[in-house]
Amino acid sequence: MSAAAEAPIVEVRGVSRRFEKQLDFVARLARRAGLPVREEVVHAVDGVDLTIQRGEVVGLVGESGCGKSTLGRMVAGILPPSEGTILRQGRDLRSLGGSEARLAKLRTQMIFQDPYASLNPRRKVAEIVGEAPLYHGLVRRADLADYVDEQLRRAGLDPALKGRYPHQFSGGQRQRIGIARALAVQPDMLVCDEAVAALDVSIQAQILNLFMKLRRELDLTYLFISHDLGVVEHLSDRVVIMYLGRVVEAAPSEEVFARPNHPYTQALLAEVPRIENRKRHFAGVQGEIPSPLNPPGGCHFHPRCPHALARCKVERPVLREIAPGHRSACHLNEAT
Amino acid sequence: MTAPTLELRDLRTHFATRGGVVKAVDGVSLRVDRGQVLGLVGESGSGKSVTGFSILGLVDPPGQVVGGQVLFQGQDLARLDEEAMRHLRGNRIAMIFQDPMMTLNPVLRIDTQMIETVLAHAPVSREEARQRARDALGQVGIAAPEERMRAYPHQFSGGMRQRVAIAIALLHKPDLIVADEPTTALDVTIQGQILAEAQKLCAEHGTALIWITHDLSVVAGLADRIAVMYAGRVVEEGPVEAVLDAPLHPYTVGLIGSVPSRNRRGAALNQIPGMTPSMLNLPAGCAFAARCPRAASGCSEPPPFVEFRPGRSARCIHPHAEGPPA
Repeated sequence: MSAAAEAPIVEVRGVSRRFEKQLDFVARLARRAGLPVREEVVHAVDGVDLTIQRGEVVGLVGESGCGKSTLGRMVAGILPPSEGTILRQGRDLRSLGGSEARLAKLRTQMIFQDPYASLNPRRKVAEIVGEAPLYHGLVRRADLADYVDEQLRRAGLDPALKGRYPHQFSGGQRQRIGIARALAVQPDMLVCDEAVAALDVSIQAQILNLFMKLRRELDLTYLFISHDLGVVEHLSDRVVIMYLGRVVEAAPSEEVFARPNHPYTQALLAEVPRIENRKRHFAGVQGEIPSPLNPPGGCHFHPRCPHALARCKVERPVLREIAPGHRSACHLNEAT
Repeated sequence: MTAPTLELRDLRTHFATRGGVVKAVDGVSLRVDRGQVLGLVGESGSGKSVTGFSILGLVDPPGQVVGGQVLFQGQDLARLDEEAMRHLRGNRIAMIFQDPMMTLNPVLRIDTQMIETVLAHAPVSREEARQRARDALGQVGIAAPEERMRAYPHQFSGGMRQRVAIAIALLHKPDLIVADEPTTALDVTIQGQILAEAQKLCAEHGTALIWITHDLSVVAGLADRIAVMYAGRVVEEGPVEAVLDAPLHPYTVGLIGSVPSRNRRGAALNQIPGMTPSMLNLPAGCAFAARCPRAASGCSEPPPFVEFRPGRSARCIHPHAEGPPA
């Protein structure tokens, strides 16, 4: 047990996830006739390594289509990887059997972007929050009402409202219901996928404060997925930046924001609107985010990179440590 | 002194619903001058988008502009008939929506739509119209416009579509553009590109711009002036620096405190307690009073919109950084 306690809470090793579009009947016929028809494959996540220590808040940042949500879902155990392994406290969940695997999976819970879409509209709040702990035997039926009240109170909801349905709540309150439901099965880790993106600023602040309070009270570990660098900077101990399925940079928060190394990170940080910056001149990163169906070879960022070398077009850069705890995948770090 | 490009005087847009009258815009007064950017900031349901729609006369029933004036270069648009309004819309005044597919027809090629827009307001040949469309696309940074304009909207990415929508808005070099959350759905790097285009436009053509957003950080970098809306009313108005650095209204103070910023990493954010009130059931006095830390007995009366210094107004009887009203 002591060995397991020392192992990182999550270790992602060389994980990839592909989504394939099956050929339809016409395409299969065409292929049999010798035409060059291929399945379309999206490499949503492409060879990612990621370690999360107990108690850490790791911010996972990237633009649409970079694979951050897919990675989050694999960490939460609701999507199997195509390749690689994910270790939970040193153990591969796939090697565990029946009930042991089920309980281990409960230890990671997920908070979704759209709380309304993730709550059953025909169930009362008490049922939404109470169902899973009852099913998994975490609470006896006699104690369920008190248990649900406690979960709601902890998430900042009045237990008197537990007889209501999700549509009777505002967006911020619905997100609190989602949080209460996730915490009801006593996880030690939360994967938050754009959990505050759909909320108004004043409500967003309430939910972010709640996340920080819960972290202190329950000793939670967070994988916090967001496209909003301001939110991630505020919350995270460490930041991981993805671009088109790959991690391009990972470092402690202060380090990333003070000394961004990868040209993509630098561009991203330069474009974040900040309330401190007045009447600035916007420039914009050149070019578009390429299609993940057909990503550029070598370093995925090279067509938009102002410093691209010939080598960047052909050779995939590996994630290397450039300072203690600071890793970046860029060929420029080797050029002298 | 010339008339401002746009001046709203006591604009009221109400929606008659089964549950009662929703005063989505309730006495909004604003002005934008040539080449200026006004950031219109508020949370969902504050009435900021309805204000934008009201300017262009695009409020659908049951909504209706029930009072006030929309003075565009001195002319009251609220009194204009539909025919005259159509002559201005897309020509002198343009709107950019959050979702570019609201502007674009999915079954027509980009060139068809753009040429149609040019011909609607300018007596030019088809060839000349095509030329103007091509130039507008080039101007918003679309590479190979000649080739790209033969594509359909679905063949573009979200950022590209928004650029096309902006290019269409620019076709007649309008005097006023109302932009309703145009970058909210876009990625940061693409948002940067669009903001750059907007800045260039105001500087080069003297276009006045109303940028409607919930994101204070965006207007901090873009706008000259900011108006903050809450529950259908402007609660604070002034130059960007003044509003963000020395806010008067407690709601603005709360809003700024809610923004995660590099200055306060890891510290708890100042949250505004409670939530926005239902527009069907607003209190008689200040709509923010129930959430306000400075609320006192006087707040049960409707607070007046007071000009504390020239160009610096707020709707509050207990403002922060109090000064004698001008």
